[in-house]
Amino acid sequence: MSHHKLEVKDLHYAYPDGHKAVNGMTFRIRHGESVGIVGANGAGKSTLLMLLMGVLFPSQGEVCVGDIHVTKKTLPLIRQRMGMVFQNPDDQLFMTTVYDDVAFGPRNYKLEEKEVENRVIQALELVGILHLKERAPFKLSGGEKRAAAIAAVLSMLPDILIMDEPSAALDPKSRRRLMSLLKTFEHTKIITSHDMDLVFELCERTIVIKDGAIIADGPTSEILMNTELMNECGLELPLALQNCPVCGIKKSRG
Amino acid sequence: MSNIMNSLYNMRLLDDLARKETSIHRIHPLMKLLTTVTYLIVVVSFGKYEIGRLLPFLFYPVLIFAFAELPLAPILKRVLLVEPLIIGIGILNPIFDHQVIVFGGITLSRGWVTFFSIFLKCGLTVTAALLLIATTGMDKLAAALRALKTPRLLVLQLLLTYRYISVLSEEVATILRAYSLRAPGQKGIHRSVWGSLAGQLILRTFDRAQRVYSAMCLRGFNGEYHTGTGGRLRVWDFLYLTGWILFFAAARIYDLPALIGSLIIRVVK
Amino acid sequence: MHMADALISPAVGGIMLAATTRVAAYSVKKIQDDLDEKKIPLMGVMGAFVFAAQMINFSIPGTGSSGHLGGGMLLAILLGPYAGFLTMGSILLIQALFFGDGGLLSYGSNVFNLGFFTCFIAYPLIYKRLTRNGLTSKRIFGASMLSALLGLQMGAFGVVLETVFSGKTELPFGTFVLLMQPIHLGIGVVEGLVTTAIVTFIWKARPEILENAAAGVALGNISIKKVLTGLAIAVVIVGGALSWFASANPDGLEWSMFKTAGTAELEAPDGIHKTLSELQSKTAFLPDYNFKAPENESESSAGGEEAWPSVSAGTSLSGLVGGGMTLALAAFIGFIISIVKRRNKKATA
Repeated sequence: MSHHKLEVKDLHYAYPDGHKAVNGMTFRIRHGESVGIVGANGAGKSTLLMLLMGVLFPSQGEVCVGDIHVTKKTLPLIRQRMGMVFQNPDDQLFMTTVYDDVAFGPRNYKLEEKEVENRVIQALELVGILHLKERAPFKLSGGEKRAAAIAAVLSMLPDILIMDEPSAALDPKSRRRLMSLLKTFEHTKIITSHDMDLVFELCERTIVIKDGAIIADGPTSEILMNTELMNECGLELPLALQNCPVCGIKKSRG
Repeated sequence: MSNIMNSLYNMRLLDDLARKETSIHRIHPLMKLLTTVTYLIVVVSFGKYEIGRLLPFLFYPVLIFAFAELPLAPILKRVLLVEPLIIGIGILNPIFDHQVIVFGGITLSRGWVTFFSIFLKCGLTVTAALLLIATTGMDKLAAALRALKTPRLLVLQLLLTYRYISVLSEEVATILRAYSLRAPGQKGIHRSVWGSLAGQLILRTFDRAQRVYSAMCLRGFNGEYHTGTGGRLRVWDFLYLTGWILFFAAARIYDLPALIGSLIIRVVK
Repeated sequence: MHMADALISPAVGGIMLAATTRVAAYSVKKIQDDLDEKKIPLMGVMGAFVFAAQMINFSIPGTGSSGHLGGGMLLAILLGPYAGFLTMGSILLIQALFFGDGGLLSYGSNVFNLGFFTCFIAYPLIYKRLTRNGLTSKRIFGASMLSALLGLQMGAFGVVLETVFSGKTELPFGTFVLLMQPIHLGIGVVEGLVTTAIVTFIWKARPEILENAAAGVALGNISIKKVLTGLAIAVVIVGGALSWFASANPDGLEWSMFKTAGTAELEAPDGIHKTLSELQSKTAFLPDYNFKAPENESESSAGGEEAWPSVSAGTSLSGLVGGGMTLALAAFIGFIISIVKRRNKKATA
């Protein structure tokens, strides 16, 4: 019987200026699932992620990770189980070397330095940048920074990996490398993206958000091929499914 | 705007140099810090009229440059850039001090002597500071500060400042570039945008700080900063420190050039 | 306004470092007590911002020249005095280490001159007082201008005092003051105007930032008494220690204050001298104290004119020969080492 990893019940949140960012969202994510969250700019995706991590607290509703409700007191536990990778890696790599950034999390959990070293090496090997461990962040390329930010989260050995626009600003090869990497991860994954093709390839399930509410929630193959739904929500079909721009052959089934 | 990129380039150069692997770089940062501070104190403790006795202190930068394989040009260029400020104050000395001294057949106003002394001291002290960072780097220096019981939060904040100087410098450069492309012929930014240009940057900076804080919290930050264990002190590190201190003491107490000179004269005779 | 190591004496440098450390420790404690760890990344990133922003050219209308931002007042207004002070500290440290802008021995003085006066004197006593009834455009202007001007004047005066007490220049005190203060008046005006512009913008766009900074610091919160007491103690220590130094150390320190002073005897006063010495006697407000070394006609150095003996040693022939030899030796050694290293590299490559 799969154990629900993450449960969100009737979540509501409004910003101080009154803007209702999240308007009653409910969903459950199972262990090992790979879920894509898509929606137009301003639909509420990033806010949702903040609520999941306990950076913001809902005005109504709750978030449960495993059996633990997300509250101020349980934050340290929650954050050990869920790791979040931000949109802009510069905001996440704030130490002066990659090693120290990846070690930051484990050190905060007061692990022995030897254990910290093990975790760092492991995480860096997983994302393939072990050779960059003494590098300063400003000397990294976009793709390398992204990898370092992921490693910095992985070193805490989370069960759930949340990623906000992971392929933003990556060149095609780096993007491909990232996607291959994510495919190998066995964590439960929650990925927000504007990159429909990435979601199509990586996520078996997709949640579509519009104006702070969930419009659709189901298998990716159905949702992302639904032209009407995509248009309604300010999105498009994945490029891989659109008509061939050269010869015009139709690919999608509408 | 080119100023910003220049200073960024300068910092990155020193950062790169600090990551070299030479015998000097491997010395424990605390020893290098203490040596530098001792050097500064001794050099600065010389009187106003000393020039000759300061000369042996050239050995310190010379040896560090050589053993740490540091390039002379960029570092000395930096020193020369700082000298004008000193010259600005020091050049007034010859104006104010007209008393004349005679040595070796050359007549010189005492003011010029003090001027040269200041010039030399400036060169030595600034070079020493640059050599410290070029052989140690910000990280290890922070570890040395921790060893001196500097509060962790201060060290963390220092490292954060250092880390984000690249990012902020590029942001400032970008916005200035955008400004100058729409304001041809203007050298600096116009009074009407003083508030909004800098103000927007500050607001973005506050937002970024918020995101960094979130990132830190999400990785367990709770107000304390845990560093790794620093390197251990080896015998070699202590020898480095004591060796230099002995040399500085000897050069301070004895007039080495005069001794060498009289030796040579005696030999020649 | 950064002081360099060449112009400071170890005593003055050490004392200012001690004073700065004391204030810094106090600030760290205040931040920790208020559980303001959220401020740490803010201090870091704002520090980086001010560092970069100091290179922005603010065109001064009508003059064709530009001014720059120092940032002390701005940091105090946006971050509060404790965080502002510490942030200024890290900016100055990085400038000292990477650019030689300000020395390491004079680090304490620089942080004090540029951080203490702005954050702990100008900010609470002027800015906060003038804005205690709420912010308006006019109040922001007046408070920022006045605190920037006075903060910088105090900082400049600090530089003068520290330089004179270090005794490394021949500049008479009065002249130095006349030089420093007016220049920094101009700089203060620019700083005040720029700070006003920025604070006004932020007040209109996100007033909560200013409110947060000010909230942590009600007028009564900074123990002004503590601050002033600390300052007074520092002054007493300065006086005491330096006089001890002067009597115990016959070599090196220039200490006109404690010698039997005569009025400055500038020999053969030419044009500049005459005017300046007249100016000096008019402006010296400690007329009994002469901050210049009195000129001794006789060369008898029975421990009196301490500077002379060292000069005569250095000016002897052996001194010259030895000096030249030392330079040559240094250059030679450096050259040899780098050649050897290069050859070793080639051998192992």
